[in-house]
Amino acid sequence: MEELVKLTIDGKQVEVPAGTLVINAAKAAGIEIPAFCYYDGLALQAACRMCLVEVKKAPKLLTACTLVAQPGMVVHTETPAVVEARKAMLEFLLTNHPLDCPVCDKGGECELQDMVFRYGAGESRFLEQKVHTEEKQFSPLVYFDAPRCILCYRCVRICDEGLGVKALGVVHRGVYTEIGPNRGDHLECDECGMCIDICPVGALTSGRYRYKTRPWEMQHVGTICAHCSNGCKTTLGVRNDAIIRANNRDRSGLNGEFLCVKGRFGFDFVEHPERLRTPLVREGGELRPVNWMQAVALVARRFEEIRARGGRIGVIGSNRTTNEENYCLQKFARQVLGTNHIDHHRTGDVVALVDALAGRTGALATTGDLYRTRAALVIAADLAQQQPFLAFQLRANWRHHGLRLYAVTPGPVREEQYAVRSVRCRPGEELAAVEGLAAELKGEPELVILFGDAVKGELVHRLVAFGDSLGIPVKYVCLVDYANSRGAADMGLLPDLLPGYRPVAEAGLERGMALPEILAAPDLDALWVVGANPLKDAPLASTAAFVVVQDLFLTETARRADVVLPAASAYEKTGTFTNVCGEIQQLRKAIDFPGAKTDLEIFGLLARAMRAEIGPANPEKVFEEIRATVPGYNVALPVLAAGGAAPSSPQNGRVPVEWRPELIRSARDTLFRSGTLGRYSQALNSVTEAPGELYRG
Amino acid sequence: MTFSPELEAKFARLVTHYPPGRERAALIPMLLFAQDEVGAITPEVVQEISRRLKVSPLEIEEVVSYYSMLHKEPRGRYHFQVCTNISCMLLGGAELFEYLKEKLGIDNHGVTPDGLFSLEEVECIGACSWAPALQVNYDYHHWVTRERLDRLIEDLRKVS
Repeated sequence: MEELVKLTIDGKQVEVPAGTLVINAAKAAGIEIPAFCYYDGLALQAACRMCLVEVKKAPKLLTACTLVAQPGMVVHTETPAVVEARKAMLEFLLTNHPLDCPVCDKGGECELQDMVFRYGAGESRFLEQKVHTEEKQFSPLVYFDAPRCILCYRCVRICDEGLGVKALGVVHRGVYTEIGPNRGDHLECDECGMCIDICPVGALTSGRYRYKTRPWEMQHVGTICAHCSNGCKTTLGVRNDAIIRANNRDRSGLNGEFLCVKGRFGFDFVEHPERLRTPLVREGGELRPVNWMQAVALVARRFEEIRARGGRIGVIGSNRTTNEENYCLQKFARQVLGTNHIDHHRTGDVVALVDALAGRTGALATTGDLYRTRAALVIAADLAQQQPFLAFQLRANWRHHGLRLYAVTPGPVREEQYAVRSVRCRPGEELAAVEGLAAELKGEPELVILFGDAVKGELVHRLVAFGDSLGIPVKYVCLVDYANSRGAADMGLLPDLLPGYRPVAEAGLERGMALPEILAAPDLDALWVVGANPLKDAPLASTAAFVVVQDLFLTETARRADVVLPAASAYEKTGTFTNVCGEIQQLRKAIDFPGAKTDLEIFGLLARAMRAEIGPANPEKVFEEIRATVPGYNVALPVLAAGGAAPSSPQNGRVPVEWRPELIRSARDTLFRSGTLGRYSQALNSVTEAPGELYRG
Repeated sequence: MTFSPELEAKFARLVTHYPPGRERAALIPMLLFAQDEVGAITPEVVQEISRRLKVSPLEIEEVVSYYSMLHKEPRGRYHFQVCTNISCMLLGGAELFEYLKEKLGIDNHGVTPDGLFSLEEVECIGACSWAPALQVNYDYHHWVTRERLDRLIEDLRKVS
């Protein structure tokens, strides 16, 4: 039971856990104590002096951000002395701060502006010339305007403590002090932009957003990032059907304010000039634009004809379409096309993990667990590069609770900075190295194991057996690549499993061909590819196959297609994604993209054209069906509606499928790559760090 | 880069002054000693000390740009630091500084073309009782007058 401390703040009785800072105790009581340098979760600085409060019996004003609440303490946050002190601090901060608010990006959402508005340091006693330095470009994405900086050091701390990158420092002295980048005149870092959004003023600005709009002219749409599997909530700033920026300043969602370069800047693929705006049909060897009716009619006719003569149809689904779309696609394939040759690019062996866990509950770690667990083991993954939010969670756990981290990797990883034990091993020898840690791991009270694609098939079973042998509670995360990789497996985009990992035999079906077999089948009659690019890595053996592709861009696969249907991106639709930890979150449509349709709409149009019944092409209706029929997905709708993450839990016993480890292959994307989407993001490709490399520490 | 055996020995001794894991505490003395030998905190010095103390170049830049006695550009062989803070100012420190500027033909932070002398106006050097005072490299000169300055410069020219 936590010890509670009673104190009085502005006449209100407040009860908080022992050790709470006065600034947070006040917040809990609904009283805002202003602060620039204090930032929840970061080291204390007490540099800005804005949070000065009056404490009874204390001889002078104290900083609420470093003051620990004590029993019987009597605090006043808005006395004339406090107000006077804050006003004086603001006057001081404004000595060199340019009053360029009318053109400053931060104007309207600036903490300094808000404070001056509140305390009114409208007049200054300083007559001296303001110190001015020219604005600097630290990277294509990060600009620094030194005169606006109030030296709160939030950016320095988030980069060092939060990310472990340490790319920003404080150089020079006194009035000339400014923030400096790690490579002399430029940055070499994760380019996550955390420093920009954490900046209380307009000193650090975004290369993508600066001078584009005023904050109040945008609508803010909270949705889920379209890139990696971590499922960060990102709030898109939208104006006139264009996404202008992405951040998560309200700290909502499972990621709080965390976003990596992809989440914060990588949204620009949606407006890439090569984005498909109209259906294309192959005529005389060339893809020519047609209207939607013609394209859909053609696909429906060919599908019907091939189905009627019992032809072989292969379906390849996506790692980045919604659960609803994945569910509908497999339903369409199995019920309408009568094919079970359906698969997707599998980037981690989720199936083997579900099988090995055999229905036990609470064995899949959530992103929240990563922040709370006492110990964690990372196997064969460069988390900072491949799973940035998971890396951030573990690091925050280490900083706040002293997480004990073990890393077994083929090369240096950033987690080694704080790992209690890091082991390098040759690829393929990961498990042997892990088993060598048994004695140490047995001493931990609990463990979360995160494993990459090197652990697959039988090895997953061996890993779970190893976890069982430790005699402590163990949870697992099977690392996968993309925004809905997990959902693709959960929704049965697999030749041997229905949604919820039920064997296809339950539906009276036989196991179909897996992805490489579909591509290699010389007698394939049709190939339907939704949001995937399998022909980038392997040729299509069947030259006669009728190929339909739904995608955003004319990918290698789309170039081979007979019909290309322009699809909407994740930012242009509603639905749900399931992240790497199995947490379901809701997408909210931010913009419309003229010409494109969501994959779900396309399925609906095709079904109608084929006079088939697959239910309404409406994400809410489909999700209702998923909740009712897919084990583990019966989650509370209010959680989703409120922008929360609902953990799913596969409830199967053993999953009777053949182990196919050769089908599991991560794309090994770095921070600056993101499959097809990354290729069309100008922001991701503009930074000097791109394309990045794994295992460089 | 390599340092002289004497400096190497100094460094080796220096890091033992701090508890294990706190070797980075040796940063400031190391910078000072290296600067004395090399003449400035050059990028090579930064690289070398960064490697030895496992401190990032940016952290070294934070320190070097903060402390005015650390400098990235070479100074004259004799670096005149003239105090113009209160006690010295009252006793003619500012005039001495002006006199030196004229005599050496250089401005604040300047270096004479022959590389022999450089000049810097500094804040209190803790010699108020003997004001006006100045420092040439690490040596203090008290109750400085124009005549004494002339003689000092002449002597320094002779020995070099």
